[in-house]
Amino acid sequence: MVHGFLIHTLGCSPSGDADLTRVLYSQTFSSEAFDQAADLERVRLLRKEQMLAVARHVTSACILTRQALEKPIYEVVSPGEETVNLQDAEFGVFSLAPGDPFHECKTVLWLGVLSLGFVLICDMHDNLTLAEDTLKLIVKYLIEHLRLLSQGSDVILKADKTETILNTFLPHGQLLFLNHQFILALEKEMNSSMSK
Amino acid sequence: MFTAGADNYLRQAREIQDEELQKFCARIAGFLQQLELGSETVDNLQRLYLVASATKYGKKLERMFLELLQRVLCAPKVSLQVQVLCTAILREVSPYDPFTLSCDQIYDTKLLSLVFSILLAQGCNNKALAIGNRIVKMMESRLPKGQSLRHLLPVLSKLTSVFPASLSDDQTNLINKKLVDWLRYASIHQGIGQPSGGFFSSPRTKLPGPITEVDGAVATDFFTVLSIGHHYTEDQWLNLQAFSMLRKWLLCCGTDSTSSTSSDDKSEVDGSIMSMASVASTSSRLLLPKERVREKAFEYCQRLIEQSNRKAVKKSDADLQKACLIEAIIIMDIVCRQDSSYVYRAVSFLKIVHARICQDLTFAQALLPIAQFFLNHSEMAAVDSEAVYRHLFTRIPAELFYQPLLALEFIHFCRTNARFFNQNISVFQQSFPNLLKFLAWNGPGLVSDFVEFLPSLIGPDTAIEILHLLLDLPCLTAALELQLRSQSAPASERVLIDSALHPASSVEAFRHSHYKNLFQYLLRCEAWPGDTIDGRFHLLRQMLVDMAGCPRVTQCIETVPVLLQLFFKVVAEFADGVLINQLVAVLLDRSGLLFSVPRFQTDVHRVMSSQLLALCKLYPSVIVEQSKELLEFSGTVTNIQNKENFFTHVVWAIGEYLSVSYDKRCTVDQINKFFEVLEALLFEITQLRPSAGVPKSSPRLITVLMTTLTKLASRSQDLIPRVLLYLSKMRSCVQSSAMISMYGEEDSEDILNRATELMNLLKMPTVAQFVLTPSAEVNNVRYHRDAIVSLPLAMRTVSRLLQKDSGFAPG
Repeated sequence: MVHGFLIHTLGCSPSGDADLTRVLYSQTFSSEAFDQAADLERVRLLRKEQMLAVARHVTSACILTRQALEKPIYEVVSPGEETVNLQDAEFGVFSLAPGDPFHECKTVLWLGVLSLGFVLICDMHDNLTLAEDTLKLIVKYLIEHLRLLSQGSDVILKADKTETILNTFLPHGQLLFLNHQFILALEKEMNSSMSK
Repeated sequence: MFTAGADNYLRQAREIQDEELQKFCARIAGFLQQLELGSETVDNLQRLYLVASATKYGKKLERMFLELLQRVLCAPKVSLQVQVLCTAILREVSPYDPFTLSCDQIYDTKLLSLVFSILLAQGCNNKALAIGNRIVKMMESRLPKGQSLRHLLPVLSKLTSVFPASLSDDQTNLINKKLVDWLRYASIHQGIGQPSGGFFSSPRTKLPGPITEVDGAVATDFFTVLSIGHHYTEDQWLNLQAFSMLRKWLLCCGTDSTSSTSSDDKSEVDGSIMSMASVASTSSRLLLPKERVREKAFEYCQRLIEQSNRKAVKKSDADLQKACLIEAIIIMDIVCRQDSSYVYRAVSFLKIVHARICQDLTFAQALLPIAQFFLNHSEMAAVDSEAVYRHLFTRIPAELFYQPLLALEFIHFCRTNARFFNQNISVFQQSFPNLLKFLAWNGPGLVSDFVEFLPSLIGPDTAIEILHLLLDLPCLTAALELQLRSQSAPASERVLIDSALHPASSVEAFRHSHYKNLFQYLLRCEAWPGDTIDGRFHLLRQMLVDMAGCPRVTQCIETVPVLLQLFFKVVAEFADGVLINQLVAVLLDRSGLLFSVPRFQTDVHRVMSSQLLALCKLYPSVIVEQSKELLEFSGTVTNIQNKENFFTHVVWAIGEYLSVSYDKRCTVDQINKFFEVLEALLFEITQLRPSAGVPKSSPRLITVLMTTLTKLASRSQDLIPRVLLYLSKMRSCVQSSAMISMYGEEDSEDILNRATELMNLLKMPTVAQFVLTPSAEVNNVRYHRDAIVSLPLAMRTVSRLLQKDSGFAPG
């Protein structure tokens, strides 16, 4: 099952500070330090730091990929642009060795869309092909519902929408084998719960 | 996207003071107590979530307030949006004990799922486990209208993966039975959609149509995730959930450790529970629930694999087919590992599947689980799977090196099975040039995985070729870039140029008949058994230089030094004299034949230099055995240009290891020969060069050359007068105005000092030999610490004696 999901900035803040990766949203579906009777405050701290470490890793991976593709490193939305073609978004994957920063080996799948990175942290037994499709699906809905191309602050102010999208398409980190009709049905259900 | 406004919100959320936060909570509490859950409350809850989640250290909220959030979460008629927000806040706040949060009274499955995520995040394992028990109970009973188990299956899946042993055998059996039903016996008719309720629409909805396949044909067999309908029934949703969790479930609960042999659980192959009496009589046909799950899982996977052969109308379904194919093969593998009686069926089935997907590169990712399957089971099934591996290793890297996910999975696959492949599969040992394409293309993203994998490729037979490949890795990247560009170019730009004219660029060279063979060599899929260095190959290296600015090539260049270091570290573990001789020869040869990017050459020379010394230390005889090549190399003054660092190390190694104490075969004659060559070289660079206006050599090289000459002289004492004369000449030469203007006062003085020191040493040949050719014991710590035997003592004594003799003042 997927270990976590996060949204972060790709090292380019509006104020122009480079090298600044900010985690805007993160959810860990399961904590690693469970069986140890660890101090929960520390567990929470560890979880946050792991997420930041992954975000930094993704930022540099995305910059390298953009360089290799000879694309600008910091992309900006052109005004009036309402949709983004996810086929053009940079996609990448890398693995994290045990102990760095997670206890067990993880595979990180990421999608770089303009100035944001979207990340799935997968466990060893996850179907990565399915994870890639799921990540793209989730990002598609995030862009649509958080108005990521026009509204800059929804991504941090409307966490309920992000949560609802994740609850629908990645419940508790479970990747789902959804054909297009299942997707449509879930989309309808999700939209009706969001519009209420 | 992320604007200054958003950044500002984030900062405020991080910097909020406790007092202000409590006030904010009090205001929200006011709304919540009144159950005023309108847009203002939602707005405030959204902000509270931001505050709770934005910092590394959790925000402490008052207990009363947290309990209020819990009450609202579980209160009837609260919108899902508010529930989701309360859940998110309770999950994110600083750890607290949600002791009042109880799942006993919750009948809403979605809410139960939300509560579970809070309990898990807050580390309330017992309560989370209690939810597991609730879910199993709910499976047995009828759920209230409007509730669905499908929201709870992911919870169950999560529970079994976090706490693998949490379910009792009875519970596991019950879930197994349910899984069988959901997987195999979901309805094959579509569900009934919500009536649109229009005034003119007929009150009687049409009978639901049949389920179809992804290509639109009517389904002929049971329902799977690849079955299409406009509306899905509850059991079809559960079919989806069951398959999604199946792999994890089989891994967690399918092994024999959780087996229950209670005959109650045995049931007939086709469904209904049998009486105790009939169980005994027909036990051979009876299966335990977990065995039935395996059986149904196997059938399900077979059907999915067949379905993945259909041409999907929708692109997203085509993508799903690939994911399903992979999942199905992996599940078959798990089933076969758990119960070997499936192996024969699976092998013959997957042979056909393999033949099918070999024709279609879009399914390439599924080749890895198939290969893994054959690797696990072909021995048992006594089938030859050489063809599977051959296709995988020869075709896939060459054609799909640019797919990042495939590259990573491919390397993981090789890494996991490297030992087996190395021992059994010759095609694997031959295919390293192909595997390196993944690295050449995906450079930085893959390098850490490759570093783990590379050692298993390096063996006595492959080391030399791999060294060449690593040194030419940037050329490979450039060639792959050209290959991809040429594939997407219009046909007119792909025809072979057969002209006497020299190609003007690497793009032209790629389709130029003169370069065809060279590119084929560079892009080869298998090891090249013959001579790996084609004299003409350097032409191609030079031709590819116009690709040096390509960012991917630049990234590759950065990875090479690390890989080279690793290469030598691995080789050092098994290298014998023969291999070390070959390696040193390659280093001497290749130091001048590198992709000509200055930074790349500098970095590679640095590694080559340190590794040359390491190799000599490992096998000092290499200096004697390679003396011909070394003489040739060190006698060529042009070798200094562009690779002075490496050259200096070669000279140092000669001085250090050309000694009878390392190799009995080392003759005076040999020492004299080296002496002459190096002497001539030193003369050339110090006394001829300055006037010729040729680039100067560094003072370091000059001092190393002087020292090396002195070392050699100390071993062949007839040379001492000659070197003394030479050194005194050097001293006067260095003091000349031409040299001072070239080297500056400081460097000239350093050279002068070194010459003086060496002359002093040589005045006592036995001491000189002791200092300049110390025995191997010199590495012993005692040598440096013990006041009686130490090297410093010897040095001090020499200085004192000399001081008395000639009045030279020691420094």
